[in-house]
Amino acid sequence: MGRVEVTLTVNGVRHAIDVDTRMSLLDTVRERLALTGSKKGCDQGQCGACTMLVDGRRVVSCLQLAIAADGREVTTIEGIADRDRLHPVQQAFVDLDGYQCGYCTPGQICSAVAVLQEYSDGWPSAVTAADEPAALDEVEIRERMSGNLCRCGAYAGIVAAVGRAAEA
Amino acid sequence: MKEFTYVRPAAVIEAVTLRAGRPGSRYLAGGTNLVDLMKIGVEQPDELIDVTGLGMDRIETTLDAGLRIGAAVSNSDLAVHPAVRQDFAALSQAILSGASGQLRNMATVGGNLLQRTRCAYFADISLPCNKRNPGSGCPALAGEHHNHAILGWSEHCVATHPSDMVVALMAYDATVEAHTPSGPVRIPISDFYRPVADTPHLETTLPEHALITGVTVPPAPPASSRYRKVRERASFAFATGSVAAALTVRAGAVHAVRIALGGAASHPWRASTAEAALLGEPATEDSFAKAAAAELAEARPLPHNQYKVALLRDLIVAVLGDLAVEAGA
Ligand SMILES: Cc1cc2nc3c(=O)[nH]c(=O)nc-3n(C[C@H](O)[C@H](O)[C@H](O)COP(=O)(O)OP(=O)(O)OC[C@H]3O[C@@H](n4cnc5c(N)ncnc54)[C@H](O)[C@@H]3O)c2cc1C
Ligand code: SF4
Ligand code: FES
Ligand code: FES
Repeated sequence: MGRVEVTLTVNGVRHAIDVDTRMSLLDTVRERLALTGSKKGCDQGQCGACTMLVDGRRVVSCLQLAIAADGREVTTIEGIADRDRLHPVQQAFVDLDGYQCGYCTPGQICSAVAVLQEYSDGWPSAVTAADEPAALDEVEIRERMSGNLCRCGAYAGIVAAVGRAAEA
Repeated sequence: MKEFTYVRPAAVIEAVTLRAGRPGSRYLAGGTNLVDLMKIGVEQPDELIDVTGLGMDRIETTLDAGLRIGAAVSNSDLAVHPAVRQDFAALSQAILSGASGQLRNMATVGGNLLQRTRCAYFADISLPCNKRNPGSGCPALAGEHHNHAILGWSEHCVATHPSDMVVALMAYDATVEAHTPSGPVRIPISDFYRPVADTPHLETTLPEHALITGVTVPPAPPASSRYRKVRERASFAFATGSVAAALTVRAGAVHAVRIALGGAASHPWRASTAEAALLGEPATEDSFAKAAAAELAEARPLPHNQYKVALLRDLIVAVLGDLAVEAGA
């Protein structure tokens, strides 16, 4: 009843796959494309471990049906680096201990890459004062990254890493 | 999850016709609420009609400086739009204070209007709940209700509508535009959500099978506006209480005022009693406190949400106080 073909461009590679309509983008990428960097924490949009970029924007892929992403460009943690050169956000996470167990890290990094883009596009956050241009300081980073939880509580390193990447 | 088929119509009429022809179908927008509810069996559609490809994704400023917002506009795009930030600050702030960056990129205006309550019993299909299963009872009344309504609830359901965005839309007197099988309809937001009464499962006055096509907002009042939200952690949590307000002060007196409350009632709540009590009064903390008390005189808190009466009173007073300072009163 519910099998459909979807075309997804994941990290620059086009895939035509038939999926059950019930498959999330997260399960499709992990189970069918064997890209297991993206993690499933809650499966309910609450933790951010499954964060990917779809057409350049960060989403929680556990609530994104694969079929509804038909034709889109998807970037997962496996596609963030430039071949062997780590993305500045990845490098900053390594240098500043932006993780402990690492489970939330792929989602944190994908989210942070999007945060830098949103910031350079002039997007305000809930803590941005109306009359001042926002600096990407600790308060802004904590607010903008609040969709990514870390059970190890590596937040100090995460905030520092995003701040360092923002200066790069 | 129950099996379903998926269709992606290209025109509004086509979407409405599909929906009307298939009682078990549902419109799918960002999916952040519907897909979540399907995973836990609260929603069991047999067909999803994707409404993100219908050209409902534009924000236009109207000739009189109001807004027309397409139903499929993402919450992010609406919040960061220059005209919204400039003239409808409380709307931008309300959206940015909700959910997370990821969710706001996915969530749409139509879906936000129709998102369901976060009452934990509603989400647990093994338990009774009048909203999910009419006539089965309301376990929240004698159970877990610390974040439930203090205004406008009935003994059939005490849940709140969780939206932040709609609280601001209430204060700005928005109108919901929809398309039904028999043509377009326009519903003022003040008539959009039904009183709970004994039908908590019927949440809006939207006609059956109607597709929300957009929201219009009349020109902003010549006043500064703001949204303030209180929640159990600093970010990424639903409101325990929130206020959207706009205030115009002339010669030290309240000339015009709009107040709407979130997390307070069965639906985003326009505080008309407080507004009426304020007109012509001095723009002082004393007047704000009296008006807030007048609005909350009708509050009927339950044992675990009594704190909300004081919380909402203080929020109203604080937000109006800030706006009065901004207005130079
Ligand atoms: C973890 C989490 C935290 C959240 N926190 C907040 C918060 O703090 N504040 C807040 O306000 N919200 C919050 N939300 C809720 C979020 O704002 C809503 O889920 C979102 O706005 C719904 O929009 P959508 O496009 O994803 O809707 P969908 O899930 O696609 O649809 C929701 C409902 O609307 C119907 N629908 C959608 N579009 C139309 C249309 N055009 N016409 C008719 N019917 C339509 C669907 O059939 C469905 O019944 C949170 C959600 C999650 C998962
Ligand atoms: S408050 Fe409403 S949603 Fe919650 S259990 Fe009672 S009837 Fe259901
Ligand atoms: S797994 Fe997607 S948000 Fe938690
Ligand atoms: S590093 Fe362990 S959950 Fe974040």
